[in-house]
Amino acid sequence: MAEHTEDHDHEQAHYVKIWGILLVLLIISVLGPVVAPHLEFGFLKAWMITLMTAFGIAIVKAYLVAANFMHLNVEKKYISYMLATMLMFMLLFFAGTSPDVMKHKGQNWENVAAEAEIERALAEQGEASHGEHGAEHEAGH
Amino acid sequence: MSMTKPIATTRSATGIPTGKLAVWWVIGSEIVIFGGLLASYIMHRLGHPQWAEYASHTNAWFGGTNTFVLLTSSLFAVLAHHAAEQGDGKTAAKWLWATCAGGAIFAGIKAVEWTIEIQHGYTITANGFWSFYYTAAGLHALHVIAGCIIMLIIANDARKGIELHRVELIGIYWHFVDIVWIFLFPLLYIAK
Repeated sequence: MAEHTEDHDHEQAHYVKIWGILLVLLIISVLGPVVAPHLEFGFLKAWMITLMTAFGIAIVKAYLVAANFMHLNVEKKYISYMLATMLMFMLLFFAGTSPDVMKHKGQNWENVAAEAEIERALAEQGEASHGEHGAEHEAGH
Repeated sequence: MSMTKPIATTRSATGIPTGKLAVWWVIGSEIVIFGGLLASYIMHRLGHPQWAEYASHTNAWFGGTNTFVLLTSSLFAVLAHHAAEQGDGKTAAKWLWATCAGGAIFAGIKAVEWTIEIQHGYTITANGFWSFYYTAAGLHALHVIAGCIIMLIIANDARKGIELHRVELIGIYWHFVDIVWIFLFPLLYIAK
């Protein structure tokens, strides 16, 4: 019985430990964009560091939750294969549709509406930021 | 009691209990639902440079706090499962209520966040980014609310020591909802 209680405590401590790691990872992902510009060197740009702290850490967090809290590490392989198949479907759908959304022209086609909207929105944002800077400038002096 | 159960509840070709297998298949289909939504968000975000400015108005503190709340509620859910495994229905029910409280806090924070954003004119029709923002986070929030309702029903049974295996099932679903948020958080709040 004593052994049983010990196992019980051990498992609870394991879950709390995983939760602690998840919180540390959360803090790193929040701080990522703040510290990234200071860590730049050579080919390693700030946006790459932010991508790593945002999505690299998200993948690690998801793995920790799936393996330890959902017990995927001790679940029958059938489940992992099924989940992996669904993820493959997702990638397939992405691959099938993304060229139409991410590109705005090809050899024989052009998405005039999308290009016009990007141009309009960027021009509007440019004006707005000029306006803001102007206002800040005036307020500052 | 077991005599009244349908055959499908007790037989298992995979060696996995039927209820658990069903939850995993629900999650499998949810991966395609949320995965499709997030994948189309990513392709639109990459294909439209003006979205960077739209996305810069989300508040990472709201998102970060909600991530903390959901991660903590996931810990409570797995502790509920642990208690149920020991046959302790009362403790399992208490952890499930705590998990549910986490879900309620999450929804409350979301309500405050959305109210502030809508007051600033960032509505679902403001532009493509905000349409995705409310659709993705809204679909996720619906899953949180649905999970909470199911969890309260299961907690009520667990308290009486009935169907304790269901504590694990709702836990698996809850962790999945947590994982969806783990990806929504950097997509909507961090990678600006």
